Amino acid sequence: MAKRPRNFGLLAEYETATDLYHACERVRDAGYAAWDAHTPFPVHGLDKAMGLRGSIVPYIVAVMGFSGAGLGFLMQYWMSAVDYPLIISAKPFNSYPAWVPVTFELGILLGSFGAVFGMLGLNKLPQYYHSVFNSSRFHRFSDDRFFISIEARDPKYDLDRTRKLLETTGAVSVEEVED
Amino acid sequence: MSHYLQPQHEHDQDPLEGRTALIQGGLSFHDVTEKVAHPIDVPHKAWWIFFLVSVGMLGVFVTSVAWLLWEGVGIWGHMVPVAWAWPIVNFVFWVGIGHAGTLISAILFLFRQKWRTSINRAAEAMTIFAVICALMFPTIHVGRVWALYWALPIPNQMSLWPNFRSPLLWDVFAVSTYFTVSLLFWYVGLIPDLATMRDRAKTRIRQLAYGIFALGWRGSNRHWVNYEAAYLLLAAMATPLVLSVHSIVSFDFAVSQLPGWHTTIFPPYFVAGAIFSGFGMVLTLMIPLRKWFRLEQIITIKHLENMAKIILLTGCIVGYAYSMEFFIAWYSGNPLETFVFINRAFGPYWWAYWIMVSCNVITPQFIWFKKIRTSPVALFILSIFVNIGMWFERFVIVVSSLANDFLPSSWDYFTPTFWDFATLIGSFGLFFTLFCLFVRYLPTVAMAEAKGVMAIASPHYDHGKAAAKSVPPASGRGKSGVMDSGHDIDEPIRSEQSVPGAKKVVVANLDPIPAPVPVAAPEPKDSDDDGPTKVERRQEMPVITKDEATAPKLDAPKLDAPKIDVPKIEVPKIEVPKIEIPNIEAPKVQAPPAELEVPKFEPPKLDPPPKIDAPPKLEPDKPKGEGGDKE
Repeated sequence: MAKRPRNFGLLAEYETATDLYHACERVRDAGYAAWDAHTPFPVHGLDKAMGLRGSIVPYIVAVMGFSGAGLGFLMQYWMSAVDYPLIISAKPFNSYPAWVPVTFELGILLGSFGAVFGMLGLNKLPQYYHSVFNSSRFHRFSDDRFFISIEARDPKYDLDRTRKLLETTGAVSVEEVED
Repeated sequence: MSHYLQPQHEHDQDPLEGRTALIQGGLSFHDVTEKVAHPIDVPHKAWWIFFLVSVGMLGVFVTSVAWLLWEGVGIWGHMVPVAWAWPIVNFVFWVGIGHAGTLISAILFLFRQKWRTSINRAAEAMTIFAVICALMFPTIHVGRVWALYWALPIPNQMSLWPNFRSPLLWDVFAVSTYFTVSLLFWYVGLIPDLATMRDRAKTRIRQLAYGIFALGWRGSNRHWVNYEAAYLLLAAMATPLVLSVHSIVSFDFAVSQLPGWHTTIFPPYFVAGAIFSGFGMVLTLMIPLRKWFRLEQIITIKHLENMAKIILLTGCIVGYAYSMEFFIAWYSGNPLETFVFINRAFGPYWWAYWIMVSCNVITPQFIWFKKIRTSPVALFILSIFVNIGMWFERFVIVVSSLANDFLPSSWDYFTPTFWDFATLIGSFGLFFTLFCLFVRYLPTVAMAEAKGVMAIASPHYDHGKAAAKSVPPASGRGKSGVMDSGHDIDEPIRSEQSVPGAKKVVVANLDPIPAPVPVAAPEPKDSDDDGPTKVERRQEMPVITKDEATAPKLDAPKLDAPKIDVPKIEVPKIEVPKIEIPNIEAPKVQAPPAELEVPKFEPPKLDPPPKIDAPPKLEPDKPKGEGGDKE
């Protein structure tokens, strides 16, 4: 309880995607690392303006999708040809053309799990507490405003200089947010 | 709130795309949020009426299923030649409905059809609810619902595994995968909007409920990067998935050797039919929805028109398939095949066939007329016919092929019972109840996506800065009520001139501040309490660009098409009641369903005592089929 409220960092608010886009380029060029933009919708090209690299979700999906398909095929093979072989309609035990639909569906299913849970995992969601919500203005990120947060743990963070930077990027407000 | 009532403007232009804007009425982001969320805050009277009626129908469904479980599948009109009667018709019907949602959410996404954003949320919800309805039918059709898990590769007391060579089992995997993936896709799309609902919630319960499902979403761009990748991949996987699902449903028929079912045209024909019927249902749902929820500026006439065009296309494909089936029946020289198709059109089920043809082939042709396809009322009526027609298509395929199969001695005329009707009507109750709950508690439009396709969302959009600089963006802004005027005042004038990165901006045609042609009249915003920034931005909006020349607005006046065309579409065949029931003699009634199959096995055996073994032997087969249909 005696913990003194530390500061999470600075939160700057922008009115338009255009402002935010240019502000992100400025912050990126200033060399910050622990910062983020918060937008109501994905702003086109903002990852470039922020200097972010592409997502690795596709790799997760590829691995999951192919393992789903592979496991699906093996499951059918094992069940139909190994564990309890049954002659049905005089077809071979390993009637692999008939395995195709289920193999395909399981590939899609596990690939989708990879996409959704991979995305949530990479984003560390669900995360029900985050310091940016301590700002009384931040709730508008999900409506019509655009925000940049720069965290105090960033090595380049300096309250005054960072504030100055954000203010010169066209922010309509810059505030300090508690941790 | 008067701006909810304001009439639709003439077509706004998108200054970046140079064509009619997808979101009309010059709405701001906040307006979109409010428009979409308003019906959640204040329920519409019509909602209550619909909800209560739907719940009543749901009661019918619950009653029918309860009676079915108590009494057995004998309460339905099934008999031996037509063992796949209504439940399978309903199953295929509902699965098909679902396909439009995935087409809108996945396929149109891959094709970058931005207009999908206004309708994809509700269409995906429709998909999920339709698939729930669909899954009900095979489930209850197996008769012994408690043994349904035999259809899944779960170890059971007999150490038997499902028969993976059966298309019915492929169906189990296809439809359940389809349901799961659709649900995930829908939920992923919902996360940002749930965050919006959380952030604007006034009550604690709403904050918690939306908050839990919003997963703490904070719009972080680092998250958006992964989110968009995941969304794109889900779309990329849902696309072949949706095509596979109805293909596999059609395999249920096509892989069997029954004339009328055993055709290679079935997969594409079923998929086209599914999309056709699904868009019919989307229109049926969306047209009242946009009206009652006043979403006309978000779900515009243009959206309806686009959907109508897809209905027209797929309707033509379906019509082609009907005629091609006939052609092949004749061209193949196969007498059984020929008989089946002549029998379909002129045999005992001729009435169903011609209802199908008139609803599915003839009604879509009205869409060629622009007046009809831009008239919500006309489209609504057309969509009802599409729904009816597609139900009858499945009825024709399932029942007419089975009722008159190889052996004339086993022919029979299928007549549905009261419980068949009750279950079908009840399934609509289930569907509409779920949909009513959805529109009541969840945003019916994907707000985040709809905002993302607005011109003002583009980082390349010129917000009329040159003009705006003189207008201080101050004064109480927004619902937060917090004024940070200090920063506004001492902030150096917005300085993107000095931004080195600004070079990237592809301003091509819009930078020269155009003469602000007041297309989106700012006046109606008078009562808007939400801060003048919006108004200002509206005024600044360079609505017309040089592309304007190529985007003539000639169509605008046609917008509110006269509803006079409606009567054109009268139901043609009222002769339906003509059902000649003569052939339903007693035999059908006696046998309780479980025993129906048993007697068939007796004659060859000829030994009385082992009869007792027969039922247990038969049981393992049951879960693999949808019922005793595997003989």
